[in-house]
Amino acid sequence: MSSTPALAHSLFDPAILVPALRDAFVKLDPRKLMRNPVIFVTEVVAALVTLFFVRDLVTADGQAGFSGQIAVWLWFTVLFATFAEAVAEGRGKAQAETLRRTRSQLTARKLVSADDIEVTEVPASDLKIGDLIIVEAGELIPGDGEVTEGVASVNESAITGESAPVIREAGGDRSAVTGGTEVLSDWLKIRITVAPGSSFVDRMIALIEGAERQKTPNEIALSILLSGLTLIFLIAVVTLWGLAGYSGTVLTVTVLAALLVTLIPTTIGGLLSAIGIAGMDRLVRFNVIATSGRAVEAAGDVDTLLLDKTGTITFGNRMATDFLPVAGVSEEMLAEAALLASLADETPEGRSIVALATGDYGLAPTTKKPDAVIPFAAETRLSGVDMDGRALRKGAVDSALKLAGIEPKDAPIEFRQAVDSVARTGGTPLAVVDGSRLLGVIHLKDVVKPGIKERFAALRAMGIRTVMVTGDNPVTAAAIASEAGVDDFLAEATPEQKLAFIRKEQEGGRLIAMCGDGTNDAPALAQADVGVAMQTGTQAAREAANMVDLDSSPTKLIEIVEIGKQLLMTRGSLTTFSIANDVAKYFAIIPALFVTTYPALSALNIMGLKSPQSAILSAVIFNALIIVVLIPLALKGVTYRPVGAAALLRRNLLVYGLGGLVLPFIGIKLVDIAVSALHLV
Amino acid sequence: MTITGWLQIGLLFLIVAALVKPLGLYMASVFSGERSLLAPVFGPVERGFYAAAGIRPDEEQGWLAYTLSMLAFSMAGFAALYTILRLQFYLPLNAQGFAGMSPDLAFNTAASFVTNTNWQSYGGETTLSNFSQMAGLTVQNLVSAATGIAIAMALTRAFARSSARTVGNFWVDLTRSTLYVLLPLSILVALAFAAMGLPQTLDASVSATTLDGAQQTIAIGPIASQEAIKQLGTNGGGFLNANAAHPFENPTALSNYLNIVSMLAISAALVYAFGQMVGDRRQGWTFLAVTALFLLVGTGVIYWAESAGNPILSALGVDPALGNMEGKEVRFGQAMSAAYAAVTTGLSDGGVNGMHGSFTGLGGLVPMFLIQLGEVLPGGVGSGLYGMIVFAILAVFVAGLMVGRTPELLGKKIEGREMKYAMLAVLILPLAILGFAAISSMLPIAVASVGTSGPHGLSEILYAFTSAAGNNGSAFGGLSANTPWYNTTLGIAMLLGRFAYAVPVLAMAGSIAAKPRAAATAGTFPTTTPLFAGLLSGIILIMGGLQFFPALSLGPIVEHFAMLAGQTF
Repeated sequence: MSSTPALAHSLFDPAILVPALRDAFVKLDPRKLMRNPVIFVTEVVAALVTLFFVRDLVTADGQAGFSGQIAVWLWFTVLFATFAEAVAEGRGKAQAETLRRTRSQLTARKLVSADDIEVTEVPASDLKIGDLIIVEAGELIPGDGEVTEGVASVNESAITGESAPVIREAGGDRSAVTGGTEVLSDWLKIRITVAPGSSFVDRMIALIEGAERQKTPNEIALSILLSGLTLIFLIAVVTLWGLAGYSGTVLTVTVLAALLVTLIPTTIGGLLSAIGIAGMDRLVRFNVIATSGRAVEAAGDVDTLLLDKTGTITFGNRMATDFLPVAGVSEEMLAEAALLASLADETPEGRSIVALATGDYGLAPTTKKPDAVIPFAAETRLSGVDMDGRALRKGAVDSALKLAGIEPKDAPIEFRQAVDSVARTGGTPLAVVDGSRLLGVIHLKDVVKPGIKERFAALRAMGIRTVMVTGDNPVTAAAIASEAGVDDFLAEATPEQKLAFIRKEQEGGRLIAMCGDGTNDAPALAQADVGVAMQTGTQAAREAANMVDLDSSPTKLIEIVEIGKQLLMTRGSLTTFSIANDVAKYFAIIPALFVTTYPALSALNIMGLKSPQSAILSAVIFNALIIVVLIPLALKGVTYRPVGAAALLRRNLLVYGLGGLVLPFIGIKLVDIAVSALHLV
Repeated sequence: MTITGWLQIGLLFLIVAALVKPLGLYMASVFSGERSLLAPVFGPVERGFYAAAGIRPDEEQGWLAYTLSMLAFSMAGFAALYTILRLQFYLPLNAQGFAGMSPDLAFNTAASFVTNTNWQSYGGETTLSNFSQMAGLTVQNLVSAATGIAIAMALTRAFARSSARTVGNFWVDLTRSTLYVLLPLSILVALAFAAMGLPQTLDASVSATTLDGAQQTIAIGPIASQEAIKQLGTNGGGFLNANAAHPFENPTALSNYLNIVSMLAISAALVYAFGQMVGDRRQGWTFLAVTALFLLVGTGVIYWAESAGNPILSALGVDPALGNMEGKEVRFGQAMSAAYAAVTTGLSDGGVNGMHGSFTGLGGLVPMFLIQLGEVLPGGVGSGLYGMIVFAILAVFVAGLMVGRTPELLGKKIEGREMKYAMLAVLILPLAILGFAAISSMLPIAVASVGTSGPHGLSEILYAFTSAAGNNGSAFGGLSANTPWYNTTLGIAMLLGRFAYAVPVLAMAGSIAAKPRAAATAGTFPTTTPLFAGLLSGIILIMGGLQFFPALSLGPIVEHFAMLAGQTF
């Protein structure tokens, strides 16, 4: 399964930018801007300065050119912020629309009653929870639901991007179907479980769209900080009018407005919602649908990942990895016997024995037909063939010994050692016998996926523990755990133990993420801080989880954690940048305000800005432009590297803290050069 | 600047550093409810108090009950002190027969001592009877300091506990900090001061015949005891008007040292106790490192600015070798005046041994700025610690996101509620300082009190409100603050600076205590590294100080540049 993100829309896609420009103006509506206090204050100030510009124009006191330009750039500051949000929304919606498009014009054939074959045609959007519908080959499934009858192959590529069809059938873990997917063969009777309009895709679109978007807990906390800072600077600027009055300096509303807007954290204030929307959008591109923004944040905080062994850490089937013969038998002889005994064995284990014998041991695949095939039976726990007068059997060690008439204590020492060592390392030993002759042991083992160990090492560097959950016995579990490099394991795990484990970890102050697909996973998924359900899982699992992975790839948890961290990092980095920016702005504006009263203060004009007016205008222009410059960063997110918190902090503090301190000195100076070259003031 | 001067400063910080650990461990055990070394002496007294007041010491309070107890106690203290000051003429031990204070002065003085500010609009030896000094002021010197410690301990427990509903018992914290910390240390230091020659008597004054044969009345009194708690409790209100520049408050170089050391000792050791109680001593040391950095830089800047002197005076023929000696404690030199000024302002003590208003522009800027940073360096006893934690929460919140997790400090997640309370707290200083200063600088009756023309006048106003709102209490000099306007507004600023700050802090303690304490992992934001110390310093500078920069640029900053440019006003 693919975990590469779907193709992202280009940052400069006109199909998104043009509507975003229009939306940017719509969003100027103060009632909508109220949700963003920093930008709302900027808008009020911009309106105020506009009034003073009109007054200056009417009284013709020569200030109109200056206050007009300040007013224009203040409005630009607001517009750039609304534009950033509009672009983020546009990109998110475009992504979600491609999911929704397939679902819009569907009709459903609704069963009038459960045991009646009579159907009526209704629009998909009229379906209600509990309605029974019938879908036949070649039709699209009109809504999310659960199969109550029938078996069919379904193409879910519209949602997952995975082209291989999947089987959907009544009962068990494969009964959930998603609206917009296509039935390829046979037919299904489906009970609708989610009213159209609240299905996962719709819920996610609502999370991206401004109207429905709820602020996440961390966003709320950050908004409080930013509002508090705005208030502090409002106090500083308003009182400055009085303090300046002491020395007879009269400060105009225009310059005070300029000072206020440059000091309040407009950069992060303007980009905050864009960052949040872009985070959701990134998840969608990884084919993960979150049902709340809170879950995305929690993903960044996760301390412990609970991963199912089967399918996540191992391939899920035991595979033959070694032939261990007894004395007097060569490896080739054992391999050949094992190969022949497995010829008719179509189980994954059997096929892996054939593959090992013909692959690593280079035996020629035989075309001879066995005389008789003895299939595996629960009573004998053996399988094999009769061929050329040989009775080749493979199977459980005790059963094979019994068949060969050997008492376990009389078995050759090297045989017993081989059985022991296989069992100790978590493998399964299969004995091979030829009639009454014991040939040796096949080592069957759960094979760990390549590359998974490195991913766990990366997670450990992030400070995240990985815990493997398996139904295996503790010995097997320990062996696989050490091979895969997980930090801990939960052996012989039942759903109840899983739930208890999550509770225990949470009591220790840890946040847990897990993924699951079965109905019995649902309580644990609901208890976990981040629960990711597989799209292929049951409806119960998907309802309990707060994210659904459309690819049904259990390792996706790792990407989800990274996306969560990236979202928080982007917020933090731009907040730090925004606050650090203030230092330079003081040095630009303060000397400009008071240099006529106190010429000595020109010593503070360390940037050597041309004139007081150009200094103030330059600071305002820089403050507006920096929002536009940072939109791509807000949308793409700050790069996350799994290197541990201390190293991350050092790097980001250097880039965004120190950078935020230094950059505006250079930027304001450059704008000042341009402003004075163009004779704007 | 001289090598000796720097060695004196260095030794001072070393002595304090050596005291921090033993005193911190002792206080941690006192506030963890352990049996103290002094229990045989004070145990019966402690139990007697609880029995008399009907307090059950094992019964803990939630944050709200704790806050209400604290406010009720402070209000009662305020009322008692106000009454004593107004009625002192009718009260005993008034040998000089001083009249009662005017309503505005009594309001100002009561607010000042209840808030641990000790701003003095009056001259002690010419206004107050011994009864007012002892039963009024010295009592508040002790209990206002104990109140500060109690609030800090409530917040400390909030971090130490996991999913807790209570933060301690205010009455127990108050009693224990008074009995086991402040009182025994005060006795020790008072005896040392008395040995160094500070008067300790109930006599009001002695008469002396000068060499010229004139009669002089010299004020004396129970000075050594008040001096001890003045410094230990970071109160700063001297017995005498000249404060620690008076030979009876500060007779020798050794007493000057003891003054500064006892100012720093409890505040700094409380930070260590915090680390001990939350189970992370490195956290305490990290906070102390930030404190030391600011104090050393502050001391250095004042020392340098004062030694460099005033080029205008040098041009007039004054020998520049000594630097600017105006306003210095001439007996102990610039180094110790610089250290005293930095420590007293970083600390919210407010005792002075020099005249900050007579320092150079830059030398005067530093004390004012150190107060404006929020009195966290290491701040008033208790109040400094909780102020520092508020800044640490802000630092963790701003930068903590940069490691890709929602921010946490010592395993406690910092969320919307904590942010709300932290912002409410840090809003108070700019509101009270800049708000009142702006009104005063526009109001003719307020401007009339200013003693100097030019930007220095604005510095005087700004310093007064900075000192009051920061609960520092040191004066810049120059401003005639004993007017109804200043007495009232400064009093309000002091009350805001103390209680409007402490209430959100206690609310925050309640919210933090209720959170589960998360386990630390490699992904946890590190808060005990030099990098974090640097970050915290940056946040204190930017979020604590930056909003005052425009105002300061109209006062001490312009004074500094004008002096360099040879301009006078």
